[in-house]
Amino acid sequence: MAKRIDVSGLSAYYGNHKAIDDISMTVEPRSVTAFIGPSGCGKSTFLRTLNRMHEVTPGGRVEGKVMLDDENLYGANVDPVAVRRTVGMVFQRPNPFPTMSIFDNVAAGLRLNGKYKKAELNDIVEKSLKGANLWNEVKDRLNKPGSGLSGGQQQRLCIARAIAVEPDVLLMDEPCSALDPISTLAIEDLIGELKERFTIVIVTHNMQQAARVSDRTAFFNLAAVGQPGKLIELDDTERIFSNPSVQATEDYISGRFG
Amino acid sequence: MSHAVQERPVALSKPRGPLSHARLPRWTPAAVAAGSIAAGIGIGLAAGWHSRTQWGMLAALLFVLVSYALTSKVEGARQAKDRVATSLVWVCFVLAVVPLLSLAWVTISKGIAVLDVYFLTHSMNGVLDAEAGGGVYHALLGTIEQVGIATLIAAPIGLLTAVYLVEYGKGRLAKAVTFFVDVMTGIPSIVAGLFVLSTWTLMLDFGPSGFAGAMALAILMMPVVVRSTEEMLKLVPNELREASLALGIPKWRTILKVVLPTAIGGITTGVMLAVARITGETAPVLLLVFGTKLINPNPFEGAQSSLPLYVYEQYQVGTDQSVARAWAAALVLIAFVMILNMVARGIARWKAPKTGR
Repeated sequence: MAKRIDVSGLSAYYGNHKAIDDISMTVEPRSVTAFIGPSGCGKSTFLRTLNRMHEVTPGGRVEGKVMLDDENLYGANVDPVAVRRTVGMVFQRPNPFPTMSIFDNVAAGLRLNGKYKKAELNDIVEKSLKGANLWNEVKDRLNKPGSGLSGGQQQRLCIARAIAVEPDVLLMDEPCSALDPISTLAIEDLIGELKERFTIVIVTHNMQQAARVSDRTAFFNLAAVGQPGKLIELDDTERIFSNPSVQATEDYISGRFG
Repeated sequence: MSHAVQERPVALSKPRGPLSHARLPRWTPAAVAAGSIAAGIGIGLAAGWHSRTQWGMLAALLFVLVSYALTSKVEGARQAKDRVATSLVWVCFVLAVVPLLSLAWVTISKGIAVLDVYFLTHSMNGVLDAEAGGGVYHALLGTIEQVGIATLIAAPIGLLTAVYLVEYGKGRLAKAVTFFVDVMTGIPSIVAGLFVLSTWTLMLDFGPSGFAGAMALAILMMPVVVRSTEEMLKLVPNELREASLALGIPKWRTILKVVLPTAIGGITTGVMLAVARITGETAPVLLLVFGTKLINPNPFEGAQSSLPLYVYEQYQVGTDQSVARAWAAALVLIAFVMILNMVARGIARWKAPKTGR
């Protein structure tokens, strides 16, 4: 439960193009770490290397080490499917499975991975939907399709689906960028609750959001378009937003560029 | 129409401001269409043209031209272009529907005379060519069995090939498979029949059977299934695959439980189109199934019949009674394909992604 991530010397490629260069950082367990930086600096790519989703993209390739507690995710005999069960992910756009009901969406990860009894499933689905603050809104229509929910509800459904398989780490790739302020608030509150149980990494373009939800913030930047993205600094959120040690971070946060 | 919540446009009124313009009354297109048809018939009669096609072409031409002239005179150049496009769409629609309706009408009016329960439940056993009576049961049974076996062979192979091409295929092998599928799409049915005849019947020395015909039909069906399924699978958003993979679901299960169910409606339609295509094939059946007047429920041994083959045979005989039987069998064939289609659409709708609250 809630493991530490230790990245060292990690570079990711799309074919011959190097997207991120030599990143090393530590993500603390039971905390929220936010990634900020201009578009194209490799935040999402880096996030996707943390659960081996990067290699799903054609031409995607990774060099370096990602230690989850004591195990290297890119070790020789590591099964990417097992990695993804341990490190869950929520995407930018809500993407519930259109063929499945709300219940089936939440149960999807469990059901497609093994056998569960009906009563067990009921319990886990209820617990996950409560964990995602969605239970009260959907408990009377669990058999209705998930695509009938509003955007914010769909995103919380996706979070419920991700936490139903009890991962150790939860990655969130701009989870609020397609949502209105009220749904965003609901998800931010949820992130605050979830960090008690999970290690959370969130990519965001919204600096206020990073300041609100995260304990630590990492700033990524790229030297020029077409150059690989780099980690500029990682520090406590308070320090990054008040007194960053690198000038580029301060410029970015105060809106002087990027 | 964009005017739904506004006041209704007033016909031929003077422009009231820079944003409004004179308009033709709403019944103009209908009136122009009626006028064009009347003129087409009138001119055709006066000039003594025999072909009704010429009358129709003249009417269609008049319809487009008069619509354009009238609109450009009253409403303006942009509206005239819009009206021409709309008119052309209507003309094409009529061009597509007229043959379809006339075909349905002719088949129904000529086929309904003989079509009854007796016709559907009896074979041609002991019925003379010039004798009324007899039925289509043996042919219907043969068609169901042959098409069923062909679908059982072709649908899984086609489906899996498409899954390979979309989800796994990379590089040379995938390109080669795509190329040969394209080539197979163009195989004439008689060639598929001859291929099975030369291997199954001549080289391996099996007699005529429904199964031999089904193999030829499967060859014809497979590329259609591959092509349509491939297109449908490509339409499944990548986010769904990623969402599933990110839950730690293995790729094969993702395909089986997420990708295929999302595309099932389109896949069913594709398979049904392929079934409809092979149901009407005569040539391979003629070569491999041979045709018979008797009921043979075993598709693996002995000659069978099939609906298109039955139509062909009865029409060849040429007596009044057999031609009537041919029309009735054609009607049964059309109805068979249509019922299959409706059942498949029902299944697809039942299984398709649900929307709404």
